[in-house]
Amino acid sequence: MSRIGVFVCHCGENIGRTVDAAEVARASGNLPGVAHATDYKYMCSDPGQALIKQAVAEKKLDGVVVAACSPHMHEKTFRRATAGAGVNPFLCEMANIREHCSWIHENRPAATAKAIDITRSIVEKLKRNAPLEPIRIPVERRALVIGGGIAGIQAALDIADGGREVVLVEKGPSIGGHMSQLSETFPTLDCSQCILTPRMVEVYQHPRIKLLAYSEVEAVEGYIGNFNVTIRRKARGLDETKCNGCGQCQASCPQKKIPSEFDAGLGKRTAIYVPFPQAVPNIPVIDSGHCARWKGIVKGLKKFACGKCIEACGRGAITFDLEDKIVTEKVGAVVVATGFQLYEIGRDHEADGLKGYGEYGYGRIPDVIDGLQFERLASASGPTAGKLQRPSDGKEPRTIVFLQCVGSRDPAKGIEYCSKICCMYVAKHTMLYRHKVHDGRAVVFYMDIRAGGKGYEEFVRRAIEEDGAEYVRGRVSRLERDGDVVRVQGFDTLSGEPVTIDADLVVLATAMRSQPGIEALAQKLSVSYDRHGFINEAHPKLRPVETNTAGIYVAGACQAPRDIPDSVAMASAAASKVLGLFSNAELEREPNVARVDEATCAGCFHCRRVCAYGAVERKEIRDKKGNLVKVVASVNRGVCQGCGTCQATCPGKSVELEGFTDPQIYAAINAFQG
Amino acid sequence: MSEATTSTETTAGTFEPRIQAFVCNWCTYTGADLAGTSRIPMAPNVRIIRLPCTGRIDTLFILKAFERGADGVIVSGCHPNDCHYAAGNFHARRRFAVFRELIDFLGLDPDRITFSWVSASEGKKWSEIVNDTTERIRRMGPFSAYRGLAGRTP
Repeated sequence: MSRIGVFVCHCGENIGRTVDAAEVARASGNLPGVAHATDYKYMCSDPGQALIKQAVAEKKLDGVVVAACSPHMHEKTFRRATAGAGVNPFLCEMANIREHCSWIHENRPAATAKAIDITRSIVEKLKRNAPLEPIRIPVERRALVIGGGIAGIQAALDIADGGREVVLVEKGPSIGGHMSQLSETFPTLDCSQCILTPRMVEVYQHPRIKLLAYSEVEAVEGYIGNFNVTIRRKARGLDETKCNGCGQCQASCPQKKIPSEFDAGLGKRTAIYVPFPQAVPNIPVIDSGHCARWKGIVKGLKKFACGKCIEACGRGAITFDLEDKIVTEKVGAVVVATGFQLYEIGRDHEADGLKGYGEYGYGRIPDVIDGLQFERLASASGPTAGKLQRPSDGKEPRTIVFLQCVGSRDPAKGIEYCSKICCMYVAKHTMLYRHKVHDGRAVVFYMDIRAGGKGYEEFVRRAIEEDGAEYVRGRVSRLERDGDVVRVQGFDTLSGEPVTIDADLVVLATAMRSQPGIEALAQKLSVSYDRHGFINEAHPKLRPVETNTAGIYVAGACQAPRDIPDSVAMASAAASKVLGLFSNAELEREPNVARVDEATCAGCFHCRRVCAYGAVERKEIRDKKGNLVKVVASVNRGVCQGCGTCQATCPGKSVELEGFTDPQIYAAINAFQG
Repeated sequence: MSEATTSTETTAGTFEPRIQAFVCNWCTYTGADLAGTSRIPMAPNVRIIRLPCTGRIDTLFILKAFERGADGVIVSGCHPNDCHYAAGNFHARRRFAVFRELIDFLGLDPDRITFSWVSASEGKKWSEIVNDTTERIRRMGPFSAYRGLAGRTP
């Protein structure tokens, strides 16, 4: 590049006051390779930009340096002007002599000298710039939504209603998620299933939603706009196309004592089952762990113990085909909405370093249950048809004690975060209980009440003032079974007195945790997660539903503890991001991405190890006969975000980041330091 | 470069250090922009080179700056966990931990290099780093040892 134009801006008085812009132009004009240098009052104004275009045309300039404000301010403006003059926009660079010079220095000669330095360094860098073209990536305008809870349902419906196809993958037999298990929802006390099930049906009937229930994501390859997803469709043991959901198979199954997952272990189900009557799809699965016939087939037995469901099915749908099927889907965007699990304080705490709460006897004392189990007891569709009966003897509890923050906000036990929803659902539980048992006693042990949200504080006040819930500020140290009561020993920190209550039922508001296996899924998707297994958003404030991998979005409680309104809002936000991405058939990106010199690459793949985006791929170089010559690194331009870590890591100097190449940077250093 | 205007010796005879800064585009460069927008005065001795991420900063850049006449170097990027590119600054931190050992071994005083994190909202912190580094290097005096090693006129 030998005909560079330097345009020095006064920015009114902003630069002109402390930097002699004319002197900067004069000094820059003497630099080798600079064919034209001038100064002007406002370079960003229309006449200023016209000046650049005119000079490019008249002096046949092949590069432009604008010495003015920060590139964050006007780089786009001047690159557009340069392109308008017929020169590649990436042959325009800005020298920041305002924010980094005139505004922070008083001494005019020193500031002018620095401005000349800055401009010279940028001129030297520009000489090594290459013309670049924006990267265009075709976009497959279909989305994958992982998780069929309320967040996944909302995201899928919004994207599909926006006119794009959606593949919705749910690992369980039915969509609906935790919300389908809830009795009523805060702060309105509307019936959870009444508002959820119509949406589930809408998903099932939507012409643009392909529902793959009882399926899991096996592998994800590709990048924004172009993901190839491998999905395992787990064997239900029957032919979905023949099943009409009549339920005869369930009725005939002799195994009726299997704890129901949907009823949080309080109800029973059969070995061939639909998790709940409103399930979508309304197609049973056979539980391989419990079905005698299935186990027999796996063992290779010739004679099978049972075949009752086969006999009962009028449509011959039950095939006992035990093979999982693998399907692939091509999508352009992914929404992760895998939800949460509750901290099972008595059972699985050893597995991941959590210490558990042995002193509460959960899993040992039958009348100590968790919040989700209380939902099932209170739910009209639950194991007791909405009648409040405690698990041990079916008696209606006269006194219920609720413990908040079991697991949450307790660094000593492994979880320091607040689970956010418990204050609200405990208040709701006290109301549900008092609405069913008017003279019953509801006592809540709490640390603080966190009721931030529209109508939330009022809701908690209502529980206390209108429904008579007793709130005791303090912790419970021990739960013990004594005869047919659970003895609650706690401490009231407001009165400073120990408290002992004989409760008929104790409900633990256990912490919300990320789903088991989320780490493996996150690794398949190349998205990051925090140490609690919650998916990291790209920016906690400004990019709350994007992940650090382009084209992958996050919604609901897999990102952090979330209630239903938050989850739905996130899901709609993620859907709008997806629809925005899908608004064009091609995606245009800045071309500042890494490029590998295949001739010198030794294939050590240090670059691959440091890439946060999985943008570095292995590429085989073969000779004409097809013999493998070597394996080199290759950067996927669609995935690369242009940080340049690979380049600084490459021991063989075989990677260059476009726009920030080694020759460019060294030229800038040399120009500064003389 | 004949046009070099930053001289090691000023006319008054006091030593004015030349300091080369390598900063990331998203945090420190923007933080330095904010210092400008906030009109926070600072020493005019620092020359900034903008890179996308501290992860892009090759340690050879630092050696090159010393070789070409810098008396001090500043490297600054996003705070840990705030990297625009998720982890570039962690790679940079690891690289510079090793690099410090190396330059010590080379006989190059590690105090000539300032490593720092400056976020986009820390204009004030940037000005302090610029002033502190300038003062420190001024006290340490001109640096010509590495220029000599690299075969250039000290």
